[in-house]
Amino acid sequence: MTSLAIEIEAYSAKRRRRSAAATTGLLMVMVGVLAVLAWVLLYVAVQGFSALAPSFFVSNPPGNPSALGGGFANGILGSLIVVGLAALIAIPLGILAAIYLAEYGRGRWSNAVGFFTDVLIGIPTIVTGAFVYSVWVIHFGFSGFAGSLALAIVMLPLIVRTTTQMLKLVPDSLREASLALGASRRKTVTRIVLPAALPGIITGLMLAVARAMGETAPLLLTALGNNLFTEVNPGKRMSTLSLQIFDNAISGFKSGQARAWAGALTLVAIVLILTFAARFFARRSRVAQ
Amino acid sequence: MTAQAGVDVPVVRPRGRATRWLGGDGAFRVVVTACSAVVLVTIVAMVIFLLVQGFDAMRHYGFFSFLTTARWAPSEATATSASPNPYGILQFIYGTLITSLIAMILAVPVAVSVALYITNFAPLRLRRGLSSLVDLLAAVPSVVYGFWGIFALLPALKPIGGFLASTLGKVPVIGVAFSGPYFGYSYFAAGVVLAIMVLPIIAAVCREIFATTAGSWKEAATALGATRWEVAMVAVYRPSRTGILGASILGLGRALGETIAVTMVIGNFVLSINKSILGQGATMSSVIANEFTEAVEPFHLQALFVVGFWLLVVALVVNIIARRIVAAQAAL
Repeated sequence: MTSLAIEIEAYSAKRRRRSAAATTGLLMVMVGVLAVLAWVLLYVAVQGFSALAPSFFVSNPPGNPSALGGGFANGILGSLIVVGLAALIAIPLGILAAIYLAEYGRGRWSNAVGFFTDVLIGIPTIVTGAFVYSVWVIHFGFSGFAGSLALAIVMLPLIVRTTTQMLKLVPDSLREASLALGASRRKTVTRIVLPAALPGIITGLMLAVARAMGETAPLLLTALGNNLFTEVNPGKRMSTLSLQIFDNAISGFKSGQARAWAGALTLVAIVLILTFAARFFARRSRVAQ
Repeated sequence: MTAQAGVDVPVVRPRGRATRWLGGDGAFRVVVTACSAVVLVTIVAMVIFLLVQGFDAMRHYGFFSFLTTARWAPSEATATSASPNPYGILQFIYGTLITSLIAMILAVPVAVSVALYITNFAPLRLRRGLSSLVDLLAAVPSVVYGFWGIFALLPALKPIGGFLASTLGKVPVIGVAFSGPYFGYSYFAAGVVLAIMVLPIIAAVCREIFATTAGSWKEAATALGATRWEVAMVAVYRPSRTGILGASILGLGRALGETIAVTMVIGNFVLSINKSILGQGATMSSVIANEFTEAVEPFHLQALFVVGFWLLVVALVVNIIARRIVAAQAAL
């Protein structure tokens, strides 16, 4: 071999080594991130399971926060009511707005709506809470429904964005076939396009619900919380699972923290189940296409 | 549609405007358009309502006087005295910026590396699973991160904080920013929690951007004999730099507004600016969460709305810039 060939070979080897080193580096970063995820989930699982008892789901927090036992039954129920109402508000609005964006929207207005949907996703949720306080709570007082309004604002842009994406994935040939058969645009959208995109849309809805389940900040300013008794009237101040975790976590009492760990485990479990169920639907939609 | 008896071909009559309207097509269009307006109306209403709520305090103390002092002393507020403003919010702005800065310094390189690894280096059949796992980091609720932060992260950060205080803290000039002692609750801890929370957001956007880079560039680079790393750098990372910037600003937007997790680990020290990142502080969002339902002093609640207003302004500006950058990159 000539010296030039040797030099080139040496340089190539150096480049290959650098590539291998970089790959290893990236792999280590990846493993590190997964380790953090495992750390968070396992820590919550270990603390949660050691504090969790069946009574947690059927009893309310004790009147004296330093007392042992008790549970977040009223908070879990409150979360279901508050998030359920929020979903009732945000889902129809979000899907209809998405239909506009995907099926009708052209030009400036729809560009603006699409753009500000993304911007609304980035608005701090505590600001959303303060906003709902100023339009609703000032006049009608703290209530579960005010919490629902705040969560609906959190969910709305998430629903609009994913639904728009899913509707746009439906092939135009379906729309053309439907219109050619004489169906109106409304019928085409509601009978043909929506059903075709439904699995994907449900995925987006579930992720939005999961997000709302975990929200705490906007509820501090709207639903306020109510640890003492079970409240089912959304017109009154209401506790949620996330609010009770927050209250008990920073209470400074070991007993309160134990309840909060059980609550955190419950919340993470709910959110993960929703997330995995959403994935399941997403996979089905891919099969359907 | 009217088909007359005895005629094989249905007679289609052109329908007038009224019929079309009653048929629901026009009404449907109006309804969906109206729903799309909700998004814009909500954002505009947010700006207006927060401004209105904070207006009394702004008029009483002066519009910009909140931004020029770092003294937050609600107990010294009176209904009549307007000067000095007891509701200076400079320390909260500082807290928001410094925690977000720490988060970005930690999260951006990690998020970009993870996205690069998943899109270019990981075995093909692992890619989707790895993406899902990183996305799971975004699914964990804020309150859980905060709780985990207090009990798992704060003790784990103690040696790092102590190390920073005993090394960088001793260096002249920059030492102020790292001076100890380090007790746990701090800007630093809040920044680390924020980094974990914004990482999946930045990584997800980067992944999308990396996926849109031209396959032909990769093929060309590979054909020229580039190593895997060189291909990733030349054909994936380089052309995506604008998008990475956009993704980072998007993560920044999230970090600026994050509330509960930060509130739980930052220590909530509101009296002045704490220059050391190892010290306790507060952010714009944390002070709202902490004091909102207990704001009883004169102009206290209004002052919190002023904080909220400025937080909204910052969030709007940051998000609009980020979305524009990401959209520009996507259009390439």
